[in-house]
Amino acid sequence: MGGRRVPLFLILPLLLLGVWYLAVEQRWVAEGIIPAPAQVLESWRRWIFGGPTRSLSPYSGTWVANVLYSGRRVLEGFLLAAVVAIPLGIFVGWNRLVARVVDPSIQLFRPIPITAWLPFAIAVFGIYDASALFLIGLGAFYPIAVNTSHGVRDTNLLLLRAARMLGAGERTVLLKVVLPSALPSIFTGLRLGIGVAWTAVIVAEMIAVKSGLGYVLWDAYYVGRMDICVATMFSVGLLGFISDQFILRASQVVLRWRTLERHA
Amino acid sequence: MPEPVVDLRGVFKEFSGRVGRLVALEGIDLAIAPQEFTAVLGPSGCGKSTLLNMVAGFDAPTRGEVLFRGQRVSRPDPRRGVVFQEAALFPWYTVLDNITFGPKTGGVAAADYGPRVDALLEQVGLRGFERHYPAELSGGMKQRVGIARVLVMEPEVLLMDEPFGSLDAQTRSVMQELLLSVWERRQQAVLFITHDVEEALLLADTVCVMTARPGRIKTRLQVDLPRPRTLEATTSLRFNELKREVLGLIREESRRAASEPAR
Repeated sequence: MGGRRVPLFLILPLLLLGVWYLAVEQRWVAEGIIPAPAQVLESWRRWIFGGPTRSLSPYSGTWVANVLYSGRRVLEGFLLAAVVAIPLGIFVGWNRLVARVVDPSIQLFRPIPITAWLPFAIAVFGIYDASALFLIGLGAFYPIAVNTSHGVRDTNLLLLRAARMLGAGERTVLLKVVLPSALPSIFTGLRLGIGVAWTAVIVAEMIAVKSGLGYVLWDAYYVGRMDICVATMFSVGLLGFISDQFILRASQVVLRWRTLERHA
Repeated sequence: MPEPVVDLRGVFKEFSGRVGRLVALEGIDLAIAPQEFTAVLGPSGCGKSTLLNMVAGFDAPTRGEVLFRGQRVSRPDPRRGVVFQEAALFPWYTVLDNITFGPKTGGVAAADYGPRVDALLEQVGLRGFERHYPAELSGGMKQRVGIARVLVMEPEVLLMDEPFGSLDAQTRSVMQELLLSVWERRQQAVLFITHDVEEALLLADTVCVMTARPGRIKTRLQVDLPRPRTLEATTSLRFNELKREVLGLIREESRRAASEPAR
């Protein structure tokens, strides 16, 4: 390693930023379609902190409120999905009978894209939060349930035998062997799930509810505010990244024994 | 002979697979007395691990009976402690939590198992490693935990499935001596599976030499080396006589296996 540390991860973003800047500056794209980076940054700043004067513009000082709307929906939908999917995944992975009853249905419904559920959700739940929660929860449910049941099924047979030989009954085996052994898979499911949850919240807010980042995104597009559209895209990306990092860190704390394994 | 702890009577084991039936064990009769150290010696694939799995209660015989203290074995039990080849420790638990898994599961109070665990940590040389995770341990240290984890349950028979098979030669010797010293102290029934002739002779009172598939007990050999034994025993004249005898049996067996068509 050399003395100077070059943050390698910055190379590609800076390159993209350069291309973006040039594309607008040099009129590679027709004027007025794509906003310049500086303009996006200025609109984003105003969207977050508001302008010098009080403004009735929906894009002035409303960023935090919209982030909170979307964030709360993602959190609620995601938790709902986790609370249902983890126990269900454990039973599907553990009990062959439950698997035979439940698994085919999960596999049948799973390929239906979350977007295809939109009309159904609106028809049943109306243009309310419940619609969004349904879509987010359903979207996050599949990866969590499927990964949990895989993790449970992959439990090392020798560890199960060891536990039983030491006198463990089914309950103890499930809680002290199967669950910890499936935790890495469960965390993988949670990380995939939170990604789907952000996708679902944007789709839901575009159509099924009248607040949040997805609503702003679609609305801004209709009134020709591409600068706000781009700022929203970055906002969602950032929030998705942060929530993923949060789960990743939590998994590193819970799965300390596993990081040791990798370094051994 | 006193009533055996473990008693196998006419045990057959067949597996049905893709290519038809496979006879793993054929007519096994084997009794292990209390305080008897029995080694089962055989080539890989002779069904010796299957034999141990049936005594442990992980697997049931196709025909015949596996008895423990006169009762038919139907499921695993802490009175029949198993030491696995790959230690099979719980990777998410520390050394101490692995060792106390059994007592805690059985609802034993910490005050009761505490002193026992303390003595065991000393005996198997794990003092100072209590807070380590299995991933931080060498193969030999892992197997010490595997042994301590079952000894803490004070089993009536110790079932060991090639426990030192994957260790390097030097560590294996150290572990063999450790096991000898532990056994001298407890004098409990042991069923020890191995493919290593010297290991079987060094450790056991009785060595059962098995044939290749289908697995049968070809010969039972009393190892009349004096106790207590150390690694020194492997250099004695008597040890080498016994070794020559066993090697002869094995050679005879492999010649027979080679001359027969595969079945």
